[in-house]
Amino acid sequence: MADATSGANPPNAVLAAISRFWTSLDWPLRIALALLVVFVFVAVFGPWISPHDPLKGSLRARLAPPVWQDGGSWSHIFGTDRLGRDILSRIIAGARISLTVCVLVIAIAGVLGTAIGTAAGYFGGWCDRVLMRLVDLALSFPVILLALLLGAISGPSFTNIIVVISLTLWSQYARMARGETLKIRNEDYVDLARTSGLSDRVIIWRHILPNIAPALIVVATLQVGIVVVLEASLSFLGVGVPPPAPSWGSMVADGRSYIASAWWLCMVPGSAILITVMAVNLLGDALADRINPALRGRNIQ
Amino acid sequence: MFKIVAARTVEALIALLLMSIVIFFLSRLTGDPVALLLGDGATEADKIKLTRDLGLDQPIVIQYLTFLGKALTGDFGRSVAAGNQPALQLIMARLPASLSLAGVALAFTMVVGILFGVMAAVRHNSAVDIAARLIALVGQSVPSFWLGIVLMYVFAVQLGWLPTSGYGRWEHYVLPAATLGLFTLAAITRLVRSSMLEALGSEYIKLARVKGLSESVVIWKHALANSLIPVVTFMGTFFAVMITGAVIVETVFSWPGIGRLAYESILARDFPVVQAVVLVITSLFIIANLLVDILYVVIDPRMRSRG
Amino acid sequence: MTTPTDPPLLDIRNLSVRLGEGAASPALIENINLRIRAGETVGLVGESGSGKTTLGMSLMRLLPPLLDRGLSGQIHYDGDDIVQMDRAELTRLRGGEISMILQDPMASLNPIFTIGNQLKEGLRLHATASGSLEDRAIAALESVRIPSPEARLQNHPHQMSGGMRQRVVGAISLTRAPRLLVADEPTTSLDVTIQYQFLELLKDLQKRAGMAMLFITHDFGVVAKMCDRVAVMYAGQIVEEGPVREIFRRPRHWYTRALLDSVPTLDQALDRLPTIPGSPPSVANRPQGCRFHPRCANAQAKCMQMPPMAELAPAHDVRCWFPLQEQRGAA
Repeated sequence: MADATSGANPPNAVLAAISRFWTSLDWPLRIALALLVVFVFVAVFGPWISPHDPLKGSLRARLAPPVWQDGGSWSHIFGTDRLGRDILSRIIAGARISLTVCVLVIAIAGVLGTAIGTAAGYFGGWCDRVLMRLVDLALSFPVILLALLLGAISGPSFTNIIVVISLTLWSQYARMARGETLKIRNEDYVDLARTSGLSDRVIIWRHILPNIAPALIVVATLQVGIVVVLEASLSFLGVGVPPPAPSWGSMVADGRSYIASAWWLCMVPGSAILITVMAVNLLGDALADRINPALRGRNIQ
Repeated sequence: MFKIVAARTVEALIALLLMSIVIFFLSRLTGDPVALLLGDGATEADKIKLTRDLGLDQPIVIQYLTFLGKALTGDFGRSVAAGNQPALQLIMARLPASLSLAGVALAFTMVVGILFGVMAAVRHNSAVDIAARLIALVGQSVPSFWLGIVLMYVFAVQLGWLPTSGYGRWEHYVLPAATLGLFTLAAITRLVRSSMLEALGSEYIKLARVKGLSESVVIWKHALANSLIPVVTFMGTFFAVMITGAVIVETVFSWPGIGRLAYESILARDFPVVQAVVLVITSLFIIANLLVDILYVVIDPRMRSRG
Repeated sequence: MTTPTDPPLLDIRNLSVRLGEGAASPALIENINLRIRAGETVGLVGESGSGKTTLGMSLMRLLPPLLDRGLSGQIHYDGDDIVQMDRAELTRLRGGEISMILQDPMASLNPIFTIGNQLKEGLRLHATASGSLEDRAIAALESVRIPSPEARLQNHPHQMSGGMRQRVVGAISLTRAPRLLVADEPTTSLDVTIQYQFLELLKDLQKRAGMAMLFITHDFGVVAKMCDRVAVMYAGQIVEEGPVREIFRRPRHWYTRALLDSVPTLDQALDRLPTIPGSPPSVANRPQGCRFHPRCANAQAKCMQMPPMAELAPAHDVRCWFPLQEQRGAA
């Protein structure tokens, strides 16, 4: 890790570190990691690698099957939808939407949840009680309904889904941050910092946050899958990313009525969701195991 | 024990109250109900009249109290789209379908998930264990709206074994319940597996074996009883997943429940019904959580003697 | 009384426990030979990680599956070999013939069930006993001197103190009158006065039932109080075995001597407490030859070869090329 960030090392050392990391993974994890790299690459460089415009189609080319089917062609590898738009290009554009939503939600929910959880754990007392009630409340709000309500009132919008998903997921960070803060609050080095007159703000920034960060990173990783599925579900119901932007969820919704005649309209975006989420979940579990080794190897005492 | 139950009930009531405030203000702050109800072609006079009829010229706190008072007597307003029917009546007509589907799905996932989790833990690293881990991974990764479509395509369209949609006979339950349950099945399998592994390594399991108890008593009584406590604590979450999933699954399978009602009401911009559905489902959810809390106190003796 | 010529109740021969099958896997314990006669108490002493608990658990075949597969050698109990037993035979053996008191009284009772429930489970299996289950459960609690046993039967473990729980665990382990009891550091987590009471109780119960006992501990003080013979374990092997009194007076192995010297006595000033330099090797890095030589004050070239177990005095064996000659306290 340190090798990769300090520019002083020759590239060989960086490569060596990467290859050491790679060999420490088993095959499912390597595949998952590779898929995730592809996902991020496609999302970031989508506009430059996309073979067609994801929003424009020609009705003459509508419902073209994927390349491995009879009548498919290499110009539309995954076929086209009912408006003749290239599905591969829409998948690539959809990856960009998914990643954007993930990054924004995890940033907003992470900052909010960590701040509230750390404060509750560090200060304790009534502050803890009030904040944790708030967490319980957030946990007891079924997210899809909140999204439906907002969607019904103000129509589907990108901001709405970011707000709705963040409002649901911050509580997980809050719980974790509180628990971890409670664990280290009375450690010697925190006591030492306190008795040497450092302010609470400095103690939290310099001593608490760096120590609870690994646990929070695990939460964030495990949340990526949830965010992707939630965004897709909301878009599927028509209260997520507004059309014509190609969210994977709305692509499945579009293809639903053609399931008997043009199955690829549903299968391709659905598989994209499944593969992405499975890869992320696999990595998240592995990361959780590494960071919390207490859960590993329980079978040999 | 009574004290804990009472405290939990009070907390649940407070949560309900807060939730009603959130829903009320959210709907007032983000949209103008008059414009929503009348649509674009309305005259200024219509708007003023409706504003007065709905009590929207009153201070917002008074509006909230009126709303709350009516809601407590079961009056959530009337549907705009469905022939001016009371919203609550619409919901009540749809509730049995939703509850029976969720009930079937939950029962199925509990039985299969617990069996699977126990077997995976007892035969750690065997084929059963690998299968259980795979199901847990796929089940927690697959979006339910897509799973529903895939199952429908395979079992109804291609194989013709089961109906694509409909309500009433047992065949109608299979695909929606499987779709609704897979995520929870995955979660329960995972949870039971890991807590069983922990329990099987514990000292009290050693003592049970030292006593000379048979392996089935050791596993199904001593280990499982302890492993079910985390499952119970997550029941509230599972219920939330089922409700959230119901909106999607009922939409996919045209199931006549409140989830699909919510979805249809949004498409029809039938605002009073949406508001009522959200309130009813949230209340159900809070009540379910309360029941889970009470159940938790009942089954875990350590909780019982506290307070 | 039994005489030394009787066949032993338990005869452990060449017992090894490896991490998995195959002779190449690292061994937690290796080539253990130990005999326990009916009614006799044998102490098993060593630092943590020396394999004491592994040995104790293997007698009841309660090792984790991986280690259980790595079990080799013989454990003859009353003519049968425990290593060869199938699941049904083991279920019959456990509790009825051999029983065990586990280390941690806080954790060895199931938190979900009442004391009565957990006690009766074992009693139900005791076919030869008479009287109602309830009466026998009460009698079992009385035998370990728990006050108002009727009421206690309804309690859950968390409603009892640590010492009380330890006695309940004792009652549960002894319900079926086993002929051999393995007590794995039964008092380490208790405070000193309760420790003493529990040991007294255990000794008393043992005397009444004529039960044999393998007493696992790291505390020589407890050994002196409880045991007839003692075996000292180091890094998976028994390095010395003999009558308690003789080992105390005249330890032959340098490790035994060092262990005995690190037991504080009242007339010894604390700043002169001799300790053994270094720490015991892990399972994976055990040294060649005598396992103790890297820490031994008297290590020599020959110690690079494994010394055999040799009988130096009647019933007193030691695994050392250069055993100690002088008596303790003389130097």
